[in-house]
Amino acid sequence: MEMDWMPAIPIGRAIEYAIDLFSEHCSFLTRAFSDLVESGITLIINGLMFFPPWVLILAFTAIAWFLSRKRGLALFTLAGLLLIWNMNLWGPTVSTLALVLISTLIAMMIGLPLGILSALNQSAYRAIMPVLDVMQTMPAFVYLIPAIPFFGLGPVGAIFSTVIFSMPPAIRLTCLGIRQVPTDLVEAADSFGSTRWQKLFKLQLPMATPTIMAGINQTIMLALSMVVIAAMIGAKGLGGEVWKAIQRLEPARGFEAGIAIVIVAMILDRIMQRIGKQSDKPL
Amino acid sequence: MSTIKERQTVDHKIVVQNLYKIFGNHPRKGVKLLKQGYTKDHILEKTGLGVGIADVSFHVDEGEILVIMGLSGSGKSTLVRCLNRLIEPTGGKILLEGTDVTLLSREELRQLRQKRFGMVFQHFALFPRRSVIRNVEYGLEVQKVPPKERRERAMKALEQVGLKGWEDSYPDQLSGGMQQRVGLARALALDPDIMLMDEAFSALDPLIRRDMQDELLKLQEKMHKTIVFISHDLGEALKLGDRIILMKDGRIVQEGTAESILSNPADEYVAKFVEDVDISKVVTAETIMKNPGEVASYAHDGPRAALWKMRQAGLSSVYVQHKGRLMGIVRAEDASSALKAGEKDLKNIIVTDIQKVSPETPAYELFPLLVESSPLAVVDSEEHLMGVIIKGTLLAALAEGVQTNGNGLDAGDTDRQSN
Repeated sequence: MEMDWMPAIPIGRAIEYAIDLFSEHCSFLTRAFSDLVESGITLIINGLMFFPPWVLILAFTAIAWFLSRKRGLALFTLAGLLLIWNMNLWGPTVSTLALVLISTLIAMMIGLPLGILSALNQSAYRAIMPVLDVMQTMPAFVYLIPAIPFFGLGPVGAIFSTVIFSMPPAIRLTCLGIRQVPTDLVEAADSFGSTRWQKLFKLQLPMATPTIMAGINQTIMLALSMVVIAAMIGAKGLGGEVWKAIQRLEPARGFEAGIAIVIVAMILDRIMQRIGKQSDKPL
Repeated sequence: MSTIKERQTVDHKIVVQNLYKIFGNHPRKGVKLLKQGYTKDHILEKTGLGVGIADVSFHVDEGEILVIMGLSGSGKSTLVRCLNRLIEPTGGKILLEGTDVTLLSREELRQLRQKRFGMVFQHFALFPRRSVIRNVEYGLEVQKVPPKERRERAMKALEQVGLKGWEDSYPDQLSGGMQQRVGLARALALDPDIMLMDEAFSALDPLIRRDMQDELLKLQEKMHKTIVFISHDLGEALKLGDRIILMKDGRIVQEGTAESILSNPADEYVAKFVEDVDISKVVTAETIMKNPGEVASYAHDGPRAALWKMRQAGLSSVYVQHKGRLMGIVRAEDASSALKAGEKDLKNIIVTDIQKVSPETPAYELFPLLVESSPLAVVDSEEHLMGVIIKGTLLAALAEGVQTNGNGLDAGDTDRQSN
């Protein structure tokens, strides 16, 4: 039943109007930015694809071992990536990894400073936290819509929506990590006449590192899931394969791409967890 | 009057005048209500403001250990944090050698904290991800002291607290006592002239606590820092404090030396505190008395012999017995004037009106007696002299938790002379 005793409040229209206005007047800027970033992404992907798959697979295995010092994880990386190559999904996997990597880097570049700011400044905290609540509860698909008029179809729009979707845990856990530093330690640092920056870099950030690493891990996982969804606006990669399989009703292809995504997710997650654990040890 | 006051202000190391700390919104209102005579509980109920400290004035002298004592919630920890403004006072002045700390800018305050104040915390507050040496270096690092000099000074501080060889360990690898030694070294490395110690030994178990207290006194003999020591433990206060301030509900209820507080409790609260010194109930005259040493004989000894016996014992008076019964005491000044007057016996100079207690007298009953006259003679039912008690003996015994076995009256000597 409609609420006919009151005219509808045009919330959606207002937002749409704002987006239209923005894309109308600024789209030349965002499009130019988009072209630039897109050529950057293409360069990275082409660069990675220049190597034969087995070289990269060995390289990733080595990285996994180096970062985690776990033989099991290295073997899993090797076997998983070989399986992906075998399923003939190496190309899409590389572009998915590139998108995740770039999105995560951007999300961290914005998210860590915001997390630090909200930890140290109560007004910033009050302003940022509700925005994060909205960002995290809004269905991920919604972020795809404004991405199209701003950046057009393609990887840049995908990265834009991925960054928005995956950034909140980085901010939240950075903030939490810093706030969790015991007050008597902060008091001790103060009592020795530390400046705000000295306190931050000598005490708070080192103490918060494990929590921050957990936040980055979550960001990576969210980025991976969003990059897959962003296939709908033309991001290629493993998500694109799934999307194609849906449109053509090819369960075989769909599941293979799905398995590849799971393998990538597991490798990234385990490596990040190991790094997080190591950062827990004294520096 | 004002000139005297100003002179005092300059002479004392730290002077705190009418200090207030109110927690909550619009704290000034709390100050006003306090001045109108409302109590802490009343203000909390009426306005939601928490009274941390209310109109506190005191001073700390150069090189002394001032113990601020009180139960939890009495405002003692807030007070010590106001001194270096870890907690911003609501009103009042804190003069450090005449400079009002409360008026300093942020930058000046940092300078002051870096150079003048060393702080030691109840739960050590060591940085868990730094090694012991890097913990000790922290304050110097903040001051941007070059790494080489920093390391040298930190090593020296570690040596002072007896932790040489532990520099590369991490705090969680050390026992509580050792961790607090690191805390102490971290403060000492700055070579501050004032040490703020917030219940520094309260988290340690009793034996370690006593060691640390001894250690601190030993260090203090060499360093002569001005120390403000927070404690909730009367025994600790008696042992460490040159002077003691007792706090309750954010106010000072009594200030003075250990003796004066013990013997003249200002009000019921203090009396209760003093009574609560559990060992003072357990300890009796017999357990803390000292060997009386040489005793003069009324029948044979004259002034010369009495003086000789005093010199042997290193004391300024000697008890006189007659046929196994305690008769009285002869003091050095009387004996020497009797000697000059050519008197041959002790008849004219013996003081027979002396305090005697039985061996079973509990320690808390001894405090008031000791103020009236010191030393106290402990006599058995036959009036035979068993031992003596001097103020210093009693305090030392209480602070030590009764470890009195023999060796000398060193703590009491000066005391006895002054009496």
